[in-house]
Amino acid sequence: MKFTSLLASTAMALGLATSAMAQDDKVKVGFIYVGPIGDGGYTYEHNQGRLAVMEEFGDKAETTYVESVPEGPDAERVMTQMALDGADLIFATSFGFMDATVNTAKKFPDVKFEHATGYKTAPNLAIYNARFYEGRAVLGHIAGNMTESNIIGYIGSYPIPEVLRGINSAYIHAKKVNPDVQFKIVWAYTWFDPAKEADAAKVLIEQGADVILQHTDSTAPLAAAEAAGNVIGFGQASDMAEYKDGPRVSSIIDNWGPYYIERVGKVLDGTWETADTWAGIGDGMVQIGEITDRVPEDVKAEALALMDTIASGAYHPFTGPLNKQDGTQWLAEGEVAEDQALLGMDFFVEGIDAEIPK
Amino acid sequence: MDLSAINPALLIASLMVAATPILLAAIGELVAERSGVLNLGVEGMMITGAVCGFVIAVESGSPWLGFAGAAAGGAALALLFALLTQVALANQVASGLALTLFGLGLSALIGQGYVGIKPPRFARLDIPVLGDLPVVGRLLFGHDPMLYLAIALVAGVWALLRFSRAGLILRAVGENHDAAHALGYKVVRIRILAILFGGACAGLGGAYISLVRVPQWTEGMTAGVGWIALALVVFASWKPWRVLLGAWLFGGITVLQLNLQAAGVAIPVEYLAMSPYVVTILVLVILSADKSRAPAALGRIFHASQ
Amino acid sequence: MIVLEKRPQPSRGWALATPVLAVLATMLFGGLLFAVLGKNPVEAIATIFYDPLFGPHASYYRPQLLVKGAPLVLIAIGLSLGFKANIWNIGAEGQYIVGALAGAGVALAFYPLEAWFIFPLMVIAGALGGWAWAMIPALLKVRFGTNEILVSLMLVYVAEQLLASMSLGLLKNPQGMGFPGSRNLQQYESAHNADLIANTGMHWGVVAALISVIFAYILLNRHMLGFHIRLTGDAPRAARFAGVRPARLILFCLGTGGALAGLAGMFEVSGPSGQVSIDFNVGYGFTAIIVAFLGRLHPVGILLAGALLALTYIGGEIAQAQLGLPAAAIQVFQGMLLFFLLALDLLTNYRVRMRKTEVA
Repeated sequence: MKFTSLLASTAMALGLATSAMAQDDKVKVGFIYVGPIGDGGYTYEHNQGRLAVMEEFGDKAETTYVESVPEGPDAERVMTQMALDGADLIFATSFGFMDATVNTAKKFPDVKFEHATGYKTAPNLAIYNARFYEGRAVLGHIAGNMTESNIIGYIGSYPIPEVLRGINSAYIHAKKVNPDVQFKIVWAYTWFDPAKEADAAKVLIEQGADVILQHTDSTAPLAAAEAAGNVIGFGQASDMAEYKDGPRVSSIIDNWGPYYIERVGKVLDGTWETADTWAGIGDGMVQIGEITDRVPEDVKAEALALMDTIASGAYHPFTGPLNKQDGTQWLAEGEVAEDQALLGMDFFVEGIDAEIPK
Repeated sequence: MDLSAINPALLIASLMVAATPILLAAIGELVAERSGVLNLGVEGMMITGAVCGFVIAVESGSPWLGFAGAAAGGAALALLFALLTQVALANQVASGLALTLFGLGLSALIGQGYVGIKPPRFARLDIPVLGDLPVVGRLLFGHDPMLYLAIALVAGVWALLRFSRAGLILRAVGENHDAAHALGYKVVRIRILAILFGGACAGLGGAYISLVRVPQWTEGMTAGVGWIALALVVFASWKPWRVLLGAWLFGGITVLQLNLQAAGVAIPVEYLAMSPYVVTILVLVILSADKSRAPAALGRIFHASQ
Repeated sequence: MIVLEKRPQPSRGWALATPVLAVLATMLFGGLLFAVLGKNPVEAIATIFYDPLFGPHASYYRPQLLVKGAPLVLIAIGLSLGFKANIWNIGAEGQYIVGALAGAGVALAFYPLEAWFIFPLMVIAGALGGWAWAMIPALLKVRFGTNEILVSLMLVYVAEQLLASMSLGLLKNPQGMGFPGSRNLQQYESAHNADLIANTGMHWGVVAALISVIFAYILLNRHMLGFHIRLTGDAPRAARFAGVRPARLILFCLGTGGALAGLAGMFEVSGPSGQVSIDFNVGYGFTAIIVAFLGRLHPVGILLAGALLALTYIGGEIAQAQLGLPAAAIQVFQGMLLFFLLALDLLTNYRVRMRKTEVA
C-alpha cells in the first residue's frame, strides 16, 4: 500500500513550475561536489566548468553549488533541496552519487539530472564521463621517449577500472616507443592525501624512476620530482602550470566547461535529452596541456600527431593485437576495444610486471 | 618482484622526512598530556598551522617567517581550547573535537585565495663535505633544517622534563593537580602554557606538510595526520625519545609499504595500514602492566576549590 | 578579581538558559562572520535555523531532520551512559562501521533470497558487531587496566581500513562494473530499512533512537544500575562501598554504547545510505560525542542536541546552495556553536562572583 505523499505532490507542482520557468529563457543549474572547490584538482575543475557556464550564459543561467557533500543520504538531500528550490538541471559530479542521483531523478521527473562517471541512466538522467585513457596514451608516449632509466613510476589511487585503463593505455604507448620500458606501480589507497602522494613519488624516484605519472590530484609528486632533480612528471586534472619551468613537461586536464555549456544550452532551448556521453580529446573534454621545451622537438611533434589521430577517431588507444597480462589474447590484430569492456576493465595488459591488489 | 631496488639508506632518509609532521605534532601533544590535558584538536591545529604558514610564507617570501606564523596560528587555536577547558572548565574530549571541526573550517576560509600557488622553496641544508659522504651523508646531513629542529625539540622536551624544575612541576601537575595546587603551583597557568606549546608544535607540523613535503595549499590537506600524532603519544607511553622512535616506525611503515609495492610485492595494503594502530593497542596493553602509564590526571577538570 | 564558586547543585535555571544563550551568541558572532564574507547575516541565519523548520519546503526538511538526527541520538545515548560513569568510549565511529559491516554482511550473504527473517537478523548482527568492537577496549580495561579512550580511538582507524578492504573486496558488488562499494540494500526488499510511512523519514533507526532515549531515561532514574552508573561518576569511592562492581559496569557501559553505535551503522547502511562504500562513515560517531555533551548527558537533552545539530547541517546545506556560503563557513559556524555551548555550561555548575583581592 502506498500513500501519495505530500512531498511527491509538492515535487510535482514544483516540477511543473520549473519547467514553465525554463521556457522563459532562464535556467537554474545546481552542482554538487564531493570535495571542496579548493582541492586544486577534481572538484576544482568541475567548479571551473560551472564558472564557464556562468560566463557563457550571463543572466540566462543561474548556478548554485554545494561542496564537500558526503556520498549517500546527504547527497540525495542536497539534490532534492536543489530541485525543490527550482533547479532545472543538476550535475552530480562524483561516481559515489550514483544511487542518490537515481533516487532523486525518480522523485523529480521534470528536473534534468547529469551524473559523472556512472552507468545508470533514466529519461531525465544522463551520464557523462571523459576518456582520460586517450590523454594517458599521449602522456605514455612522451614518458616512454623521455625516460633514460627505462623505469616509469605510476601513482594510482584505488585499483578500479578508470585507473587501470589509464595505466594500460600509458604502458602500451610507452612500450611502443621504448620496448625496454618498465612500469612501477604504487597504490596510494586514497583519493586525496597530498603527503602520501609525496611519499609515493619519492619511493618511485628512489627505486630508479625518472618519469612519474600520477592518478592522484595534488602537486606533491611534481614537487618531489623537482626536489630530486632529474625527474619529470605531468600535471593531473589541472594544468599545474606553476611547475612548468621545472619537472612538469605536459599535463592531462579535465575540461568539463564545454560539456556543461552544451547541456545547459540544450535545457535553455528545450532540446535536452538523456544521453550517455563518453567524450575524449576530440570533444575537448580531455585536454593535453602545453608540452614544454624539455621535450625534444621530434617527440613533441609525434605526441601532437598521436593526439590528432586519437582526436579525429582515426586511431583508438586500445587497438589489437593486445594480450592480457597472463598472455591470453584480448584484442586480435586490428580489433578495437568495446566500450563495455573498457568500462569494466579489471586486468593489466601483457608486459606490466605488477599485480592488481585484491 | 625486485627487492634489490629498495635502497635502505634512502628508505631511512625518506621515512625521516615522512615522520617529521607527526613528530612535531606529537611532541607538542606529549607536553600537553604530561600536564594532564588531553587535546583531541591536534588535526585542527595542524591544518590551521598549515594554512597560516603557507599564507605568510607566500606573502613574505620567507619560509622561516611562514613557520613562525604557523606556530603562532596553531597556538592561537590552542588558546581557544585553553580558554574553554581551563577557564570555562569545559570537557576536554568534546572541546578538542569541536576544535578540529572549527580549525578545518577556518583554515579553508583563510586559504581560499591560495589554491594552486607554489610557496617559496625551503632549501635543504647543504653541508659541503659531510653531505657528500656515502650513505651517512644523505642520511644524516642531507635534510632540511626543520627536520633537525624537530629532533632538537624532542631532545629539548626530554631534557626539560627530566632535569629541570619546570619539567618536574609540569609532571606534578599532570599526575595530581590537587596536590600540585596545594604546593602552591599555578595549575591553570602551567596547563595553559603546555596547551599553547602543543598548539605551536602542531602548527609547525602542519606547515611542514604545506611548505616542505607537499608543498602547496589544499583544503583538508593534513588528511588525518593529527589523529596519528595522538596515537603516537600513547604508543610512546608519554616519553619523548619513544615519540621519535614511534614517529619513525609509523612513518617507516608507510614508506616501507610503498617501497614494497613499487618493488612489485603484492601486499594487502589495508591490513598493513592498520598495523600501526594494532601495534599501539598492544603497546598500551603491555604498558598497563608496566609502571609507566598515562599521566594520572589526564583529561580531568581542575578547579581550585579553596 | 573574578572567582568561580562551585554550586552545591547544578542550577536548573542556568541549565535551561545556557543553550538558548549559546545559540544567540553563535547567531551574533556567526552573523558577523557571514557579514565579513559579504553575505546578509540575517538572511543567512534565518536560512540555517528557520528554513528547514518553517520555510517553503519544510515538509521535506522536517523528515530529513529525523534521518540526520537519529544516528546521532542513538549513538550519543549509548555514549552518555559510559560518560556518566567516567568510562570514555570515543571510538563509536569504529563501532558504527563494524555494525554496518556486520549488518550488511548478513544481508549480502542471503542475497537474493527474500524472507521475513533477514532484517531482524541484520539488526542482531549490527548490534553484535558494534558490541564486539566495543568489547575489545572493555575487556582490555577490565583485564589489564588499559586506557579505554585510547584503545577505542585506535580501533576507529582499524575499522576504517577494514571498511576499505571490505568495499574493495569481500562485499564489493559483483555487478558494479569494478567500482568499490557493495550492492545497494535499498534495492533488496528484505534487507531494506525503508521509511515506515513513506516520506516521513521515520525508519527503524529513528524508532530505535526514540526507544533508546526512553530506555536511558528509565535506566538512569528508576533503576539500580542507573543509580550505580551515576554514583560511580560522581563519587567513585562511595560507589565501591555501595557494592558497585566496576568491571561489570565497564562491560555494560562500553557494550551498550557499542551495540547502539553498531545499530546506528546498521540502520544507516540498510536505509538512507544503502550501501557499504569506502567513504560510508561520515563522522556520526565523533559528532555524537559532542551531542552527548551538548545534551549534558541527559537523555532528553541529547534528543534536543541531536535535533539542533541536524538542523545546522541541513540549514547549512540550504545556505550553501541558496546564498553561496562556502562549506567551510558552515563548519566554522558549527564550531562556534559548540564552543559557546561548552563554555557557557560553566554557569550551570559554577557561580561567578566578584571578590576583592585581599591586601597582603
